[in-house]
Amino acid sequence: MRYSFLSLLANGLSGQSRWTPAWRDAAPKPAYDVIIVGGGGHGLATAYYLAKVHGIRNVAVLEKGVIGSGNAGRNTTIIRSNYLLPGNEPFYEWSMKLWEGLEQELNYNAMVSQRGILNLFHSDAQRDAYARRGNAMRLAGVDSQLLDKARVKAMYPFLDFDNARFPIQGGLLQARAGTARHDAVVWGYARAADRLGVDIVQNCEVTGFIREGDAIVGVETTRGAVRAGKVAVAVAGSSSRVAGMAGLRLPIESHVLQAFVSEGLKPVVDGVITFGAGHFYISQSDKGGLVFGGDIDGYNSYAQRGNLPVIEDVCEGGMALMPRIGRLRLLRHWGGIMDMSMDGSPIIDRTPVPGLFLNAGWCYGGFKATPASGWCFAHLLAKGEPHETAGAFRLDRFRTGHLIDEKGVGAQPNLH
Amino acid sequence: MRIPCPYCGERDAHEFAYLGDATLTRPDPAAAEAEQAFHDYVYLRDNPAGAHEEWWYHANGCRQWLRVARDTRTHAISGAVAARVAGEPA
Repeated sequence: MRYSFLSLLANGLSGQSRWTPAWRDAAPKPAYDVIIVGGGGHGLATAYYLAKVHGIRNVAVLEKGVIGSGNAGRNTTIIRSNYLLPGNEPFYEWSMKLWEGLEQELNYNAMVSQRGILNLFHSDAQRDAYARRGNAMRLAGVDSQLLDKARVKAMYPFLDFDNARFPIQGGLLQARAGTARHDAVVWGYARAADRLGVDIVQNCEVTGFIREGDAIVGVETTRGAVRAGKVAVAVAGSSSRVAGMAGLRLPIESHVLQAFVSEGLKPVVDGVITFGAGHFYISQSDKGGLVFGGDIDGYNSYAQRGNLPVIEDVCEGGMALMPRIGRLRLLRHWGGIMDMSMDGSPIIDRTPVPGLFLNAGWCYGGFKATPASGWCFAHLLAKGEPHETAGAFRLDRFRTGHLIDEKGVGAQPNLH
Repeated sequence: MRIPCPYCGERDAHEFAYLGDATLTRPDPAAAEAEQAFHDYVYLRDNPAGAHEEWWYHANGCRQWLRVARDTRTHAISGAVAARVAGEPA
């Protein structure tokens, strides 16, 4: 069923009883052209673009739980393309462009809202760094504006501009950035991929790989063996575990990142704001809750829950930025497992094992990349060569020295 | 999360700084395969879900490096010993 005003009206008049499931709950077939391991945003987007752009429709997405139950459902929903380095910026801008047309493309309301992201700066040196980043964005054809204190004050008068330690001097604004409804992105891709013939198989955990000689020709799962021409892994958070089943060690550590939602409020923050003197960012969901977060906890973890020191640090950042949130109550908080790569940038590449392809290492920035990650991974799977915007995301860049280190902290994943 | 420092007793994790996997051994730079060995040492990790040996630095305490055994699935810490064995060179 195509969603439209008429379908809403017709179903409203019939008591909302005639809606059909948005996608089939498929059982695995014995063989496919391509198997995608991981039913998160990236895996489902990959399946969709394989079917839509490249005409490869004999595809299965194997998900160990239910789709979107990992990091796709645990992020803080921000989309942006305000990167500095040439290896990153064209890719994230391609993602931004795909976001801008996503809802028409998928016929699904993903609640993409280009409400702008404002990165605040608090010192002369930080202003210089942000001016440099803004200029790099403009060189790549991306919008950016460097705002002085008066213009920031006009946007967000409630911020603590005269904080004794971290006075706000201005900010770097990307007006096209914003937020999207994370679950709806997953469901939209799932529905659109399903309509093109992709099998979405839930509660199907991959437990091993089927090998013929060196090559991988399928997977063992909790629902039986499934063979495939190509196996594509998009399981950020658990990449090392899955790659380990193929005998690979990855340049990745798994770390926990916490996120927070306050009780619901009337509209108060109409964009995304980041605090430059600590690590704190905040936006408001359409339900009214303030959604915010900060640093990863900083130690290897698969626990999907964090510890109190980071909660304290995040709340201190929030109080320094906008003291008015001190009266709010926290509604809930949670943790997700990040693929922290050794240079802070992702990997979309073939692996040394024939037949096995890897999409991993998204650190805490995977959600915004969902459309372009799917697009570029599908391109790699279909054409056998990297997409032009993802050419820098090679697995062997740590060997060749072509690292993409936005923060410049080196091979210390907990500091990216 | 509380870490049982052998010098200071059980202390909150926020007093400590984390370095990472303690099972890696720095390769011999004069070895024939040194380039490959250093790539593996610097960049590749086992990243296990389960028992993990790791380095923590007690920055806001005794300022000693510790080798901590922790489960990455539960954060349960089963022990911590001093990184440097007394009498051995650093």
